[in-house]
Amino acid sequence: MRPNQPVLAVESLRTHFDTRAGVLKAVDDVSFQVAPGQVLGLVGESGSGKTVTGFSIIGLVDPPGRVAGGKVLFKGEDLVGASEERLRGLRGDRVAMIFQDPMMTLNPVLRVDTQMIEAIQAHDPKVDRKAALIRARDALGRVGIPSPDERLKAYPHQFSGGMRQRVAIAIALLNKPDLIIADEPTTALDVTIQGQILYEVQKLCRETGAALIWITHDLSVVAGLADAVCVMYAGRIVESGSVDDVLDRPMHPYTAGLIGSVPSRNRRGSKLAQIPGMTPSLLNLPQGCAFRTRCSHAQPGCAVEPPITQPVPGRTLRCFHPVGLAHAHA
Amino acid sequence: MLEPMIQLANVSRRFAKRLDVAARIANWFGAGLKDEIVHAVDRVDLEVRQGEVVGLVGESGCGKSTLGRIVAGILPPSEGTRAWHGKAIDTLPAAEARQAELKIQMIFQDPFASLNPRLRVTDIVAEAPVAHGIVKGSEREAYVDDLLRRVGLDPSLKRRYPHQFSGGQRARIGIARALAVKPEFMVCDEAVAALDVSIQAQVLNLFMDLRADLGLTYLFISHDLGVVEHLSDRVVIMYLGRFVEIAATEDLFQRPNHPYTQALLRGIPRLDARKQAFEPVQGEIPSPLNPPPGCHFHPRCKHAMERCRVEQPDLKPIAPGHWSACHLNG
Repeated sequence: MRPNQPVLAVESLRTHFDTRAGVLKAVDDVSFQVAPGQVLGLVGESGSGKTVTGFSIIGLVDPPGRVAGGKVLFKGEDLVGASEERLRGLRGDRVAMIFQDPMMTLNPVLRVDTQMIEAIQAHDPKVDRKAALIRARDALGRVGIPSPDERLKAYPHQFSGGMRQRVAIAIALLNKPDLIIADEPTTALDVTIQGQILYEVQKLCRETGAALIWITHDLSVVAGLADAVCVMYAGRIVESGSVDDVLDRPMHPYTAGLIGSVPSRNRRGSKLAQIPGMTPSLLNLPQGCAFRTRCSHAQPGCAVEPPITQPVPGRTLRCFHPVGLAHAHA
Repeated sequence: MLEPMIQLANVSRRFAKRLDVAARIANWFGAGLKDEIVHAVDRVDLEVRQGEVVGLVGESGCGKSTLGRIVAGILPPSEGTRAWHGKAIDTLPAAEARQAELKIQMIFQDPFASLNPRLRVTDIVAEAPVAHGIVKGSEREAYVDDLLRRVGLDPSLKRRYPHQFSGGQRARIGIARALAVKPEFMVCDEAVAALDVSIQAQVLNLFMDLRADLGLTYLFISHDLGVVEHLSDRVVIMYLGRFVEIAATEDLFQRPNHPYTQALLRGIPRLDARKQAFEPVQGEIPSPLNPPPGCHFHPRCKHAMERCRVEQPDLKPIAPGHWSACHLNG
């Protein structure tokens, strides 16, 4: 791999679900890149397509869903159309995924050590059981699980929610992946436990240099964790850029609205800048810009689909009438 | 000074898991098993004055929902008294007690589970006020229309069933139902936790409008410090069934006194904090079945001393209107 080559480059990815009511475009022309050691926040509300984007990258979309177009270049190799065998080889090895509910990744009837050894030996049968066990124990220790030797012998139900998520993260890290996709891993956790997990993840990314895609609905978590952010709305990335740029100077009215919706210290007691209306059904999107029916900047011209533009180097935007810089701090 | 609107004095609530047959047989042979008792709420005093918004914050299992239910009169306390405008409700004559209970209404977390799926919206909203004689049957349609408009729903949708609405709309239906009996006091138990950020902002704004228009008083239960900070006048922090700190919102967020409050505030991701160094509190929330002796927080507290392990700290005033339960304050 050449230096500076992105670990992952997604190009015009489209994932469609063929339903009886029509074709649902869950992911519609999504492009982004992640560099080694970079943390990318993928932010959106429910139904914006952020999870399906994550699933599409490692080929986990089940029928009636299908990847209808675009490329997923993982270190230069296109994963769209790659054989199931090749994908299986990558998953859990070079690319790891952490899910919102750790019980999804853990088998409830197997001890943690069995599952961890299996994950190592599945990708490298030459490793013997003893060496695998040592690696498993070290991985548990690294995610901050006390007395890992004893905890290896436990079943998933004997762990608390936060500890279970740590085990899931430890399993994801076992084979030193180049890319980790984390889908809302702290949403179900309490504040102090979320803080612990964020701390471990920050530390691990620094140490291992893995690229991380952090899928979440919570802008504050992205602010504290990520380098770059992509904001999704109705299957499209409406705005992307570095965290500082996007959160301090949002250009898309949707991003600006989302930021205004977050209760924060300096706006105490005043009304929140709410976005009117609700997320439209993906089967029945407005023509052109999907946000225009809720947008205060909308003009008749927005009925034409806005192209992806690069208003500033390093940022992308899909909007004809971006929020001016003067409004950014209003 | 005005009498507090609602006052809890020395309220506790215990839940017991009785021994099953096998355990009782084992006891004949001297196993010495005992009922498992959870102290969900442990000797708590709370006052809410007219027109105030009190935020109740805590992590899962700390007893905040149980306390909310006690305040709303859904759950009787195991010990202690609950007074409405200075009069203990359980000593009032039945008719007066019912009037008092009607003035206290609750809004629930799950907008899906808290509405009867087989009733139309108009019946959900109108059932209670008709039963209590607040409106006549002939006026009920106009009354429902009024309420729906007030919470921002189109009255023409009132013949629909709950499943035909989105999460945010369902939250509004729950609010309309609570408002229908003309309450003065609302207990909101994680009322916005299930909603997307932009919808959450709409509902929070609605709560503030209702407070201004109807002079409502709120007990706002949440795990989300941002939401509580935005909305509340006073904040109560709860940990394992006990109050650890009570203060005016600004005071609490500027000068948190209790080590647990400080840890909570450090642990929350914030929009304006970039590349945050998360410094989590160590350890897990202990099981309420077997809480640590002395101060419940001492196993996770870095200031813990010998005294904390044996003696339970009392809630003591440390500044006007600022109470904290910590031995560090002397």
